[in-house]
Amino acid sequence: MRSFLYQRATDPGMAVQALSAAAAANNPLTQAAAQPLAGGTTLIDLMKLDVMRPAAIVDINPLAQGWSGIETGGEKLRLGALAKMSDVAAHADIQRHYPVIANSLRLAASAQLRNMATLGGNVMQRTRCSYFRDISYQNCNKRIPGSGCAAMDGVNRMHAVLGTSDQCIATYPGDFAQALIALDATVEITGKSGTRSMPFAQLHKAPGNTPDIETTLQPGELISAFSIRGRWPRSVYLKARDRQSYEFALSSAAIALDVQDGVIRDARVALGGVATVPWRAREAEALLKGRKFDNGLAQRAADAAFADAKGRQHNSFKISLGKRLVARALQQASTMEV
Amino acid sequence: MTVAAPEPKVNMGNPVPRYDAVVKVTGRATYASDMPLANPAYAYLVTSAIAKGRVESFDLAGANRVRGVIDIVTHENGPKLKELKLYSNGGYAGTTIQPLRSADIAHDGQIIAVVIAESYEAAREAANRVKVSYTAVVPSATFDSPGTTTAAAKGQNSQFKEDPQVGNFAKAFEDAEVKLTASYDTPTQHHNPMELFSTSCAWIGDNLVIYEPSQYVYGLKNGVAEQLGIDADKVRVVNPYVGGGFGSRGSMTPRTAIIAAIARRLNRPIKLVPTRDQGFTIATYRAETRHEIKLGASRDGKLVALRHEGAEVSSRPDPYCVGGTKTTTRLYACPNVDSLVSIVRADRNTPGFMRSPPEVPYLFALESAMDELAVKLNMDPVELRRINDTTNEPIGGKPYTSRSLMACFDEAAKAFGWSQRSPEPKSMADGDWLIGYGCAATCYPTQMGPSAARVRLQRDGRTRVEIAGHEIGTGAYTIIAQTASERLGVPLEKVAVFVGDSELPPAPVAGGSNSTASTCSAVMMVCDQIRQRLFKAMMPNQSLTDRAKETVGIGQTPATRAAKSDRSLDLEKAFDALGAGVVEEYGEWKPEDAPPDSFQAMHSGHVRLVGGHSLKDKIAYAFGAEFVEVRVNRFTHEIRAPRLVGAFAAGRIMNPRTARSQLMGGLIWGMSSALLEATEIDQRTARYVNDNFADYLVPVNADVPGVEVILLSEQDDHINPAGAKGLGELANVGTNAAVCNAIYHATGQRIRKLPVRLENIEV
Ligand SMILES: Cc1cc2nc3c(=O)[nH]c(=O)nc-3n(C[C@H](O)[C@H](O)[C@H](O)COP(=O)(O)OP(=O)(O)OC[C@H]3O[C@@H](n4cnc5c(N)ncnc54)[C@H](O)[C@@H]3O)c2cc1C
Ligand code: SF4
Repeated sequence: MRSFLYQRATDPGMAVQALSAAAAANNPLTQAAAQPLAGGTTLIDLMKLDVMRPAAIVDINPLAQGWSGIETGGEKLRLGALAKMSDVAAHADIQRHYPVIANSLRLAASAQLRNMATLGGNVMQRTRCSYFRDISYQNCNKRIPGSGCAAMDGVNRMHAVLGTSDQCIATYPGDFAQALIALDATVEITGKSGTRSMPFAQLHKAPGNTPDIETTLQPGELISAFSIRGRWPRSVYLKARDRQSYEFALSSAAIALDVQDGVIRDARVALGGVATVPWRAREAEALLKGRKFDNGLAQRAADAAFADAKGRQHNSFKISLGKRLVARALQQASTMEV
Repeated sequence: MTVAAPEPKVNMGNPVPRYDAVVKVTGRATYASDMPLANPAYAYLVTSAIAKGRVESFDLAGANRVRGVIDIVTHENGPKLKELKLYSNGGYAGTTIQPLRSADIAHDGQIIAVVIAESYEAAREAANRVKVSYTAVVPSATFDSPGTTTAAAKGQNSQFKEDPQVGNFAKAFEDAEVKLTASYDTPTQHHNPMELFSTSCAWIGDNLVIYEPSQYVYGLKNGVAEQLGIDADKVRVVNPYVGGGFGSRGSMTPRTAIIAAIARRLNRPIKLVPTRDQGFTIATYRAETRHEIKLGASRDGKLVALRHEGAEVSSRPDPYCVGGTKTTTRLYACPNVDSLVSIVRADRNTPGFMRSPPEVPYLFALESAMDELAVKLNMDPVELRRINDTTNEPIGGKPYTSRSLMACFDEAAKAFGWSQRSPEPKSMADGDWLIGYGCAATCYPTQMGPSAARVRLQRDGRTRVEIAGHEIGTGAYTIIAQTASERLGVPLEKVAVFVGDSELPPAPVAGGSNSTASTCSAVMMVCDQIRQRLFKAMMPNQSLTDRAKETVGIGQTPATRAAKSDRSLDLEKAFDALGAGVVEEYGEWKPEDAPPDSFQAMHSGHVRLVGGHSLKDKIAYAFGAEFVEVRVNRFTHEIRAPRLVGAFAAGRIMNPRTARSQLMGGLIWGMSSALLEATEIDQRTARYVNDNFADYLVPVNADVPGVEVILLSEQDDHINPAGAKGLGELANVGTNAAVCNAIYHATGQRIRKLPVRLENIEV
């Protein structure tokens, strides 16, 4: 960890100001000289590991009063960026109307971490690639652009099979983002010129040739809220992992279905643990829509979801695991009592 | 009595609560880095980013600019330490690769510089700013890597004396009615004790005090003295509590002497708290192993031929090996046995002791093979063990001092519900989960080492026991206090115990599960010396008869009948007769068959452990049987182990509470070793990749919903005065095979490589 300036935000305007002032010349955001601090469970870790080296930190927790709401009235859900993972997971309306959200949060990290961590920080968490997190490795395009990728032919069991490039195969590790992307969430962003909204699906960027650029947020911009239209009681989040709790996904599936008279009207399929960004499997959704559910259909949808997957030495198993998990999640969603 | 404090059976002590329970749960126990030092400087290690080659140069400019940096010590300017001999070749060190001696790098994560600063934070920041240029050479990572060399263990490692053999294996195997040949692999694993590999130290004039979690304070004290070239009497090692050891702190690591030397040079106390990932390379680990087992049996299940070949990875300079064939060739009756152990040298740090070092990998192989043989024979695996149970080991024909293996199988099978198992693989399920039942034998050699103790008894019954044993979380304080209380007939709460200090009378390394047997035998002997003095004072003309024992209020064996009431009255009489206020005795105890130089060695930090198969005319082991239920998800292939049941017999159980806790921890670790734990090595760079607690998986509570420990009564009068067999390393041995055997039963798939992960399952 290096010495840094610590500032507490007094209001959103001040936070944005402080972040933009220090970070003007610093792109991409992930390397920015000024970083917002929420729960700190990613940021402080990476600072101790010397992977992130911000010169200034703007603590946005004082904004919690305006930014941590959980609004579930009517047909719209609005979640403040500073809401804690644990509060959202435990919220009765979320459990009832959005089980995929509640479970994606409940199955993440540990109780202690969920009490600390915020939704905004959660979607912005960085990859767990061991070569990224250990600065003694010289080859990591995400950390040092152009330096190569140690994981490509190294230990890559946890790495991605979808959305990879020849520059980076790091997995996007979070769970909650899959629920957001599946439910077509909107992300509300507060910046210098006020507040703007965009589809959550546009937040993360696949590595391509610039794995160091992970999101479309600009320095000085903050996530202030997420919102979702409609309710999704028929939704599930399944997560496969080596141990029963407290582990990132080897593969996960966020599924939401709208079934009427036995016909799938709308289907949402998102994948975690297998892709470089929160991953929406639109091919699978297309197959499901307008059809009656059966196990064969679930299987075809799962195959479609992984049609473009590319495995490497230790992670090829994720392709077949991911398919089985998607098929199982579809079965569960289709038979849910709602 | 509760589950945690089981009702004592015959030949068991009381399940008294831990002596150190309150200080531990209230956070008042002090560990190495908690020790208050006057004006300390803080050290942070810089470790190598390559596994083989040289440091060409350091660029320290950025690091030196960090405010608060005092010194950056490298091979170019550092104190030169003396070379050390490897522990398993009669020295103190767990590795002969010592830091800052030259620019050469022999393994990943070798200490190449030490930053000293006014604060931990400054030291860390500066360490991160040290720039190193290397000349790297392509390293050999592990088995099959180009450049490794392989040779038989015998002749290289002085602790590996023989490849056990008997009869004519080749012929018997050829003629056997039923044959099995199978290969097994175990992974690299790291101990990861909770307490990091910290060292705090201070010089007071010429005298050095070291606070460090150590499982052998006498070894560390003598090793550091040797390396610094000073008199061992000037070094004191203190660690009243050790935050877990598991073997990682049994021998000296490369950090201690260099930190002490820097502290001397700076004339300032130093605190070093290395990081979790540095712990993977500055200490030892369990090396990966490979095995080939050949079993030949008659159709009725009698073993006629057994061969066990093992290969183990070690570092380039050090011939470390565990050689578990000493156990696997003797476990079952079999007239024709052959074995071979070899060592494969790679560019790695030197491996070392890790909880049941030989038994874990070698019994995984044998007990998996026994299960495979049972399948071939279409026989219940428990019955196969019964058919091959023996009272004498087959290599030298020596009798086991006691052996309750089948009693353990029967008790555990009953508690587990083994009879409910339908033997066909894939025949049991519950919803999404395939269910499998599996079992395996477990065993661990009973070992003892010479130990001294000092006991002081006051007229009012207050007792002080001093012994340089180690509280590594096992319950050493508790059972030493119990032993003194029972032996002297004083109430437990009047006994104060002091361990973890090299100024106290020497005890052996807290390793090889010898501590209970060794320290309690020594304490018993010294308590007897006190009783004798009191008795002589009261009845100068009589020998130590039962009447005398009564008079002084002290019960001898069996210790379960220890005085229950406070016999202070009798004590007062005895003290009056003696005309003294305090009686203090020191004594040195050594086990039968201990070598003649035992006591001398004990004081200079060398352990002379005896036991297991190395006893002259007998063989001593503790046994157990372990049953596991696994569940394998049909869809995800996730593997869980909701039930672990173990029954164990280990001679006298000093305290069923602490014993159960050790055995429960062992079962959990065994499951962890079978399903979760492996250190991943980057094959190209010979570096450990998942060197942190997020990526090196150990079980969480949700993974262990059901663990049952059954303690069997066993009396063994042929091992040591305490009658105790060590059990700290007993329970994590059989679990690896039991889990794999259960996975076979659940899925029909035999997995011979650990850990078993969901990608290894194909249902
Ligand atoms: C051991 C461990 C296990 C874990 N397991 C899981 C798991 O299984 N599943 C899972 O999903 N997660 C897991 N996590 C990750 C955890 O959920 C995230 O660390 C946490 O959600 C981050 O939230 P935070 O509020 O602490 O973020 P911080 O650490 O404060 O911030 C994270 C990043 O986001 C930025 N940031 C924070 N808030 C905002 C905002 N409002 N707008 C813009 N940028 C912002 C910060 O600058 C920083 O770069 C695990 C973490 C650990 C340490
Ligand atoms: S996968 Fe990405 S993060 Fe990991 S080493 Fe390669 S470039 Fe770096």
